[in-house]
Amino acid sequence: MNRIEKERYLREYSVLKAQGKPFFPYAVAKDSVMAVVVMATIITLSIVLGAELGPKADPTTTTYTPRPEWYFFFLFELLRVIKPPELVPLATIGVPTICMILLFLLPFYDRGPERRPERRPIATSAGIFTIAAMGYLTYLGAAAGPPTQISEPTPASVIAQGPQAVKQFNAGKQVVAQSGCLACHKIGENGNSGPGPELTRIADRIPAQAIARTLVNPTSPMPSFSSLKQKSPQKFSAMVDFLSQLKSGG
Amino acid sequence: MPKLKLPAPPLPGKLNPAPRRPGEGNGKVDPLDVAKEAGTSAVGWVDERTSLSGPARWVMFRKVPKGTNWFYTLGSATLFAFLNQAVTGVFLSMYYDPSPTRAYESIRYVTNEAFLGEFVRGMHKWGSSVMVILVFLHMARTFFFGAYKYPRELNWIIGVALLILTMAMSFTGYLLPFDQRSYWATIVGVNINGTGPLVGPYLSDFLRAGPDFGATTLSRFYAIHMLLIPGAIITLIGAHLYLVTKLGTTAPPWLKAEPDERLAEEQA
Ligand code: HEC
Ligand code: HEM
Repeated sequence: MNRIEKERYLREYSVLKAQGKPFFPYAVAKDSVMAVVVMATIITLSIVLGAELGPKADPTTTTYTPRPEWYFFFLFELLRVIKPPELVPLATIGVPTICMILLFLLPFYDRGPERRPERRPIATSAGIFTIAAMGYLTYLGAAAGPPTQISEPTPASVIAQGPQAVKQFNAGKQVVAQSGCLACHKIGENGNSGPGPELTRIADRIPAQAIARTLVNPTSPMPSFSSLKQKSPQKFSAMVDFLSQLKSGG
Repeated sequence: MPKLKLPAPPLPGKLNPAPRRPGEGNGKVDPLDVAKEAGTSAVGWVDERTSLSGPARWVMFRKVPKGTNWFYTLGSATLFAFLNQAVTGVFLSMYYDPSPTRAYESIRYVTNEAFLGEFVRGMHKWGSSVMVILVFLHMARTFFFGAYKYPRELNWIIGVALLILTMAMSFTGYLLPFDQRSYWATIVGVNINGTGPLVGPYLSDFLRAGPDFGATTLSRFYAIHMLLIPGAIITLIGAHLYLVTKLGTTAPPWLKAEPDERLAEEQA
């Protein structure tokens, strides 16, 4: 806006303001009605849905679901949409940071005098697109509960090693299924395809020691399972054994 | 100092008490009169010492422009949701104990045993969702109405800071019950922070109070959640509302000012 446009706006605004009504009691009345609606909504939600408290936090756990509050779903979903690991930092921090900077600077790059949404096609469609994208990602995040089952069949090579190996394989499958890995990894038919790589054929890519090392000392955002290794080594080694059997042709 | 004048009750002239003449009543003050004036004189007493009636009138009797509609209540609705968080949060803090061994127990006590505990905790928990929704709706309103343009740019910037702080509130609050869900979600969240460029790793270390999730992590989150961020939010809301009052709220963008009829006549 140049100086003339600014002055025109201020003049126009002062007329509209002079024709308005006093804040008290007119606006205050509307605001109070809204306040009552807000309070009633919160109270109703609290009475109907209550405040659940899950089981106590346990760093050695094998049953957890890393699930944020619902209004962070869209951020978590961004992780899934952007697959290649080099781009993960971009998704996690880059996109939100860029969005924040764009928001902060909005008044400086959108300086036109026009305020009607239908006459600002770029701003209005960008706004609608952002809302739709966030809504869609939130929906995806809500729909994708981390499954806690793995239907991967026991490979023939494991069966050939005798019942002991099969037992270990199934125990490991159990631990992995209950440890929330499927929230970020896909194994066979189950799990989400991101943000972590698919694990169906993980043993083709890296040996058992490397898997164990990843679990203890992973790259973020994957959580570390080192305390599981300390507190219940059998479960941990069952998990590693299971993963190291996941190879092609098995 | 202007005095408040109430309208006289609509009584027939004879029933209205005649104003007292000067010198009547032997200079004694009627206690009933004093009682009747108590409200005004208390306000007057404070005003004489603070001169607050000017600013109060400036806030309350400013005009809101023609066409102001229900969308304009979203800002004060957000403010109200924030007040709800503040009040319920104070009650929760009376029971909460931010140590890794006792945090879960204290929340369990609030939920299952304290009088109305689950209700207050529910109001705080659901209030946070309501506040986040309202902040976004309010932001959408100001965005689509072009309210971030001259002369209200600064108010938009303060608003974005408030949005980030609101999200930070809910991130730090999520860990506090210290149940499985909150614990693991926060670990992943802090790790995600750590992937950020430059400051990422330092931010994660700051949040965790060290390279690992430790005993002081919880009290650090608690301090950030109930002292640091609320203080910043309250300060910024103050600045936000000062600017709203100073600049006035926008008129709906569709309205064009028609010149006042009386003025039009004069021009002709
Ligand atoms: C919060 C999401 C998340 C969870 C939960 C998670 N992971 Fe990961 N995981 C990842 C990401 C992201 C990577 C990729 C890191 C990288 O590329 O360095 C990864 C990498 C891996 C790798 C290395 C894969 C490769 O190709 O190098 C293995 C093995 C692995 N995860 C196993 C597991 C197991 C087993 C569990 C459950 C006990 C688990 N993960 C839970 C996100 C997660
Ligand atoms: C804690 C959160 C917030 C509170 C309590 C709050 C409160 C308010 C209130 C009461 C108003 C007065 C008029 C109205 O309701 O529209 C207002 C106006 C405004 N707010 Fe906020 N707000 C918050 C967050 C935000 C955010 C996130 C933004 C945008 C990024 C924002 C931008 C604005 C702008 C530009 C105005 C001026 C609107 C106009 O003049 O028409 N605010 N705010």
